[in-house]
Amino acid sequence: MVVFDKPHALIDVPLHYCPGCTHGIIHRLVAEVIDELGIEGNTIGIAPVGCSVMAYNYFNCDMIEAAHGRAPAVATGVKRADPEHNIVFTYQGDGDLASIGMAETVHAAARNENITVIFINNAIYGMTGGQMAPTSLPGQVTQTSPYGRDVNHCGYPIKVCEMLSKLDGPEYLERVTVDNVKHIRAAKKAIKKAFQNQLDGKGFSLVEVISSCPTNWGMTPKKALEWIESDMIPYYPLGVYKDRTAEKEAE
Amino acid sequence: MSDKILMKGNEAIAEAAIIAGCRHYFGYPITPQTEIAAYMAKKMPKIGGCFLQAESEIAAINMVYGVSSAGKRVMTSSSSPGVSLKGEGLSYLAGSDLPALIVNVQRGGPGLGGIQPSQSDYFQSTRGGGHGDYHMIVLAPASVQEMADLTVKGFELADTYRMTSMILADGTMGQMMEPVSLDFDVKPEIEKPWATTGTKMAREHNIVNSLSLVPEELEEFNFKRYDRYKVIEENETMFEEYMTEDADIVLAAFGIAARVSKNAVDEARKMGIKAGLIRPITLWPFPKAPFKAAAEHCKAFISVELSMGQMIEDVKLASECRRPVYLCNRAGGMIPDPKQVLDSIIKVNGGNN
Repeated sequence: MVVFDKPHALIDVPLHYCPGCTHGIIHRLVAEVIDELGIEGNTIGIAPVGCSVMAYNYFNCDMIEAAHGRAPAVATGVKRADPEHNIVFTYQGDGDLASIGMAETVHAAARNENITVIFINNAIYGMTGGQMAPTSLPGQVTQTSPYGRDVNHCGYPIKVCEMLSKLDGPEYLERVTVDNVKHIRAAKKAIKKAFQNQLDGKGFSLVEVISSCPTNWGMTPKKALEWIESDMIPYYPLGVYKDRTAEKEAE
Repeated sequence: MSDKILMKGNEAIAEAAIIAGCRHYFGYPITPQTEIAAYMAKKMPKIGGCFLQAESEIAAINMVYGVSSAGKRVMTSSSSPGVSLKGEGLSYLAGSDLPALIVNVQRGGPGLGGIQPSQSDYFQSTRGGGHGDYHMIVLAPASVQEMADLTVKGFELADTYRMTSMILADGTMGQMMEPVSLDFDVKPEIEKPWATTGTKMAREHNIVNSLSLVPEELEEFNFKRYDRYKVIEENETMFEEYMTEDADIVLAAFGIAARVSKNAVDEARKMGIKAGLIRPITLWPFPKAPFKAAAEHCKAFISVELSMGQMIEDVKLASECRRPVYLCNRAGGMIPDPKQVLDSIIKVNGGNN
């Protein structure tokens, strides 16, 4: 009897991610959700530029690689090409979604574009070798903030869920993490809801996943997970930032 | 003969696109092409299509990228500064071999420039517009009828060769009204087995992508793309010749400049000067053959342009510099009048007439 298997929506190839990186966990969660909802055949995923640029090689559904930050605009096109059938998700990092692609993110949310956005926030640029991200913490040492992020010089991190929650547009915004089993389960629940919302025609659903980058944080994988708890979550509190359906039901 | 209706160039493009089966338009307002967006905004919701005003030209071209990936005919339009913003997307469309129609109703530049007609995006368009090795099929209409004709043709070429077609018009072409026939025989759309339409669990997943980290592979992609470009050069080059057969002075001009030049050719002929005109309709691929042929007998070429002289380089290349090539131009939104072109012809001919 098989008790643990790879999801069908995840192709059985070695991932290129560094040891201890949580991209692998999040890929798996997305793939499990696609399997459970039985939507692989209609799903089109949009990969970003950044560490997960080659996500198109890992998901079994149709995949598109977008220009840096433009995934929500590309997703808008794919969704609108066939709104009845196409189920569209983007998978984007913090540089992609919150820096170069911020306009595309905000406007897709404002339009309540009926897509699912998986937003990986690990507070650093991984692919280019550890530069400061729009979400790097105050004081965080990176290759381009070697003396620590000085907020007087380069400003404060952007809290994406909090910011988007002020818009009337988006249906659902939740921040989760994957540093322990309990959190992973909660993350999967959120991702599933973000896809289910799209199937129900509810609109823009974004799950921000606080993720680790042991390589560029200069930590062991274990220490990196601890740093999520000690430093990331206090700045980026977990929770639901917007759920219009729940708000309506509560009224 | 079919009925003709009076239309603005911009509207003719929009209506022709709809006739060609385009049901998705994304754009951002910019003068002098906004009528295309306005037309689409009015029409698309009535015919089950999608008009969406994007947050930027960058977003618009990426929405185009998305619809094209999903296998449907799609377009955007803009004017010079907006097309610069689309440059990134144009490169990605090329790198991913995606068909699309882009319209550039040019205005004077550089920078924010002005809003009057120009042809100064010739280099940008014919050399690709974004980074990397690639071309777009660049179509240069010289009448409202051609605005419509080349729109339909542009979609067909884009699908056939899996690349971007660009209508390179100018403010005059966009704004002027002429009678136009919209009675098109649109070819059925070709299959797009590469499109990301969902696997339906019946095939391997499709990937639309321009990333290739193995240089040997990326080189191979480039070679293959350029093999395709060769076929286009051989089969799809379009031009019009006017009185070139015996011409001593051969003008080269496209779009509105070609219409002005035609008048100047007529005037020159009345004066006994053997003038002629080659009007490229495809700017890429550039029609080399008529220039090479004309160089056999003519004394000189004059490139008539609404720019500081951009197409003139292609005229020199196409004629292999066998005859002198002069420039007759206005820039910054100005248009040469027939007299300026005629004066240029007289001067180049030796000033004896």
